[in-house]
Amino acid sequence: MSETQSTYNYKVVRQFTVMSVIWGIVGMLVGVIIAAQLVWPELNYGFLHFGRLRPLHTNAVIFAFGGCALMGSSLYVVQRTCHTRLFSDGLAAFVFWGWQLVILLAAITLPLGLTQGKEYAELEWPIDILIALVWVAYAVVFFGTIAKRKVTHIYVANWFYGSFILAVALLHIINSAAIPVSLTKSYSAYAGVQDAMVQWWYGHNAVGFFLTAGFLGMMYYFVPKQAERPVYSYRLSVVHFWALIFTYMWAGPHHLHYTALPDWTQSVGMIFSLILLAPSWGGMINGIMTLSGAWHKLRDDPILKFLITSLSFYGMSTFEGPMMSIKTVNALSHYTDWTVGHVHSGALGWVAMVSIGTIYYLLPRLFGKPEMNSVKLITVHFWVATIGVVLYIASMWIAGVMQGLMWRSVNSDGTLAYSFVESVKVSYPFWAIRFLGGLLFLSGMLIMAYNMFKTMAGGSTVDAPVLVPAGQHA
Amino acid sequence: MSDFVNEFWNWYVILIVLVSIIACGVFLWSQGIHHPASEETTETTGHVWDETLAEYNNPLPQWWKWLFYGTVVFALVYVALYPALGRFPGIFNWSTAGEHQKEVEKVDAQVKPLFDKYLKMDLKAVAADKDAMEMGGRLFQTYCVQCHGVTGQGVLGKGFPNLTDKDWQWGGEPEQIVETLNNGRVGMMPPYGGNPEAVGGEAGAKEIANYVRSFSGLTHNADLATKGKARFEAICFACHGPDGKGMQALGAPNLTDKVWLYGSSEAKIVETIVMGRTNQMPAWKDFLGEGKIHLLAAYVLNLSAGGEKK
Repeated sequence: MSETQSTYNYKVVRQFTVMSVIWGIVGMLVGVIIAAQLVWPELNYGFLHFGRLRPLHTNAVIFAFGGCALMGSSLYVVQRTCHTRLFSDGLAAFVFWGWQLVILLAAITLPLGLTQGKEYAELEWPIDILIALVWVAYAVVFFGTIAKRKVTHIYVANWFYGSFILAVALLHIINSAAIPVSLTKSYSAYAGVQDAMVQWWYGHNAVGFFLTAGFLGMMYYFVPKQAERPVYSYRLSVVHFWALIFTYMWAGPHHLHYTALPDWTQSVGMIFSLILLAPSWGGMINGIMTLSGAWHKLRDDPILKFLITSLSFYGMSTFEGPMMSIKTVNALSHYTDWTVGHVHSGALGWVAMVSIGTIYYLLPRLFGKPEMNSVKLITVHFWVATIGVVLYIASMWIAGVMQGLMWRSVNSDGTLAYSFVESVKVSYPFWAIRFLGGLLFLSGMLIMAYNMFKTMAGGSTVDAPVLVPAGQHA
Repeated sequence: MSDFVNEFWNWYVILIVLVSIIACGVFLWSQGIHHPASEETTETTGHVWDETLAEYNNPLPQWWKWLFYGTVVFALVYVALYPALGRFPGIFNWSTAGEHQKEVEKVDAQVKPLFDKYLKMDLKAVAADKDAMEMGGRLFQTYCVQCHGVTGQGVLGKGFPNLTDKDWQWGGEPEQIVETLNNGRVGMMPPYGGNPEAVGGEAGAKEIANYVRSFSGLTHNADLATKGKARFEAICFACHGPDGKGMQALGAPNLTDKVWLYGSSEAKIVETIVMGRTNQMPAWKDFLGEGKIHLLAAYVLNLSAGGEKK
């Protein structure tokens, strides 16, 4: 069905935006369940134990929640900044429904234990093929829209979205290479430490491109729009963009310090993880400094609160990450809960919060309302979420450092001072606090869902008209 | 040992890594020189998207630039000092394997006097020494509990022996325990005792199982047991002894006691006969060294000192 080219395709944006809230709740609920299973092991019922549910949680929050937020926002941003309707409505619909099918298949196969055993790449080969097909369609829609843009210059958000799309295609196809032996089982094309390296080249770039570059694209549109201020520095955006996408590619080995990976590879991963610090902070600076001259807006605008706080957590996580890439630090942090804390300061503090702010911006516009049904509830959500994140991170820092110190502690006779189970025992209260933090964050999402449905009710799903680009050359 | 099989890959890595680090610095410098800090920062670039989206063109923050340069310089220094450029080991000649080796040597040297002191004492004396037994206990918790359990109670059904009783597969004298620890043991029960025809297949195994259960007063089918007796005295006695009391030299268990490595049910005994068993105690001599083994042997002696013969 070809809509008139005088309106933007908001339908697919609506679909993705609503689903990202739903999947956020599902994914975080599974997260709360597995956090609870660590505190109350009796909650490991039958086959729905931690081992089966943990990958369901990671896949749901990254690809279902994060994926829908990225796809929805990118298709909104690319249309509005290119001043043209999407390249193909049909393909866009395929992307949406195809992605939902991927999510559904993940929700079925992962609890059944069908897994390739690669972190963030657990889905078995038939689903991997489906992902590749959906992804190609997504790339065609996105880049096709850019190709038919009515403005000369491509807005910065689209560079970030575009690089995210291209990089993820590359990463997924290479890392998923496998030899199938049945419909539900395959073996990686790689083996041993080479497989580990390919996996963590993928894994870190999943963070770097899926969870960073993509969401920086989101940030670059929704922060200046909500703040009603120009972006702080075009020059900075150019420099940090190229530096970021170049350097991220190298960082993978920092997941494999002190393993069988060759020393030279570990070193290369470490130094580029450190070089990555400034390019990452370029994004943080550009986003936060966009509020220069408008800081007072933070007081009363909870959407801006979400967006700017997300950038603070982004800055914090992208400082913590390079520090943890240093081999000496990693020798303490690896395999501990510090890694989990770091992941969640990025995942909740940065990714979730920038998505939440973005979705609160989008929902009224997508449903023809002047603002969210309750702005006050956005503020409530903000504080609930922030407290949740802080509880989560702080408890995991303490647990992580404690675990690392206990594991390496030796007596004067050279024997280990603590058995492993003793470190489990002292981690217990911190796992309880983490469960609480996660539960708070989930409740915030439930408040958001309520606000969302109230906003949708009685709304109009009319697509906005395509705007003619401004007079100045653009 | 080199990670590189030929010179090409070595130079490939060196070139790409060096060029990439330097390129980051050069890129930053090239982008910074065109816009001096005194640049006007109140005007946007002039491009507008979506009605209101615009960009200022503020210069790169100075502190940020220096941070970026700093990390590039750090990287260059690091690859000179540490292994990163292909085969070049770095000026410090450091390696993860070397770091580990140094740490091990340091601690070994520190603790050597402690272990030497106990090596001079005989095992029974070491077993009576409180400090030595605390050390032995810690060693046990590190190296032995994965199979033998936290209290040395073993794992029934998996064949990991209970060390707290007085039942010994291979002998419980101090020298025998040291031998077990040093060189390991392989307890091999061949399927059908090596003679499937004489055993008479699964049916015959069932008969033997009933006979064996009768040894230790467990319930059994008397008819089957009688038939099993004949088979036992033809085949099984060779390792387990005509009276079924076992043979320590072979590690063949005493079948008349209450200790069952794999389970005493008829089904489990049949499984043992039909499938055979291979039970392996690793050899710890090279990994632990004589000092630690000396303490562990004494610790194991203590474990069984309070145990009962079952």
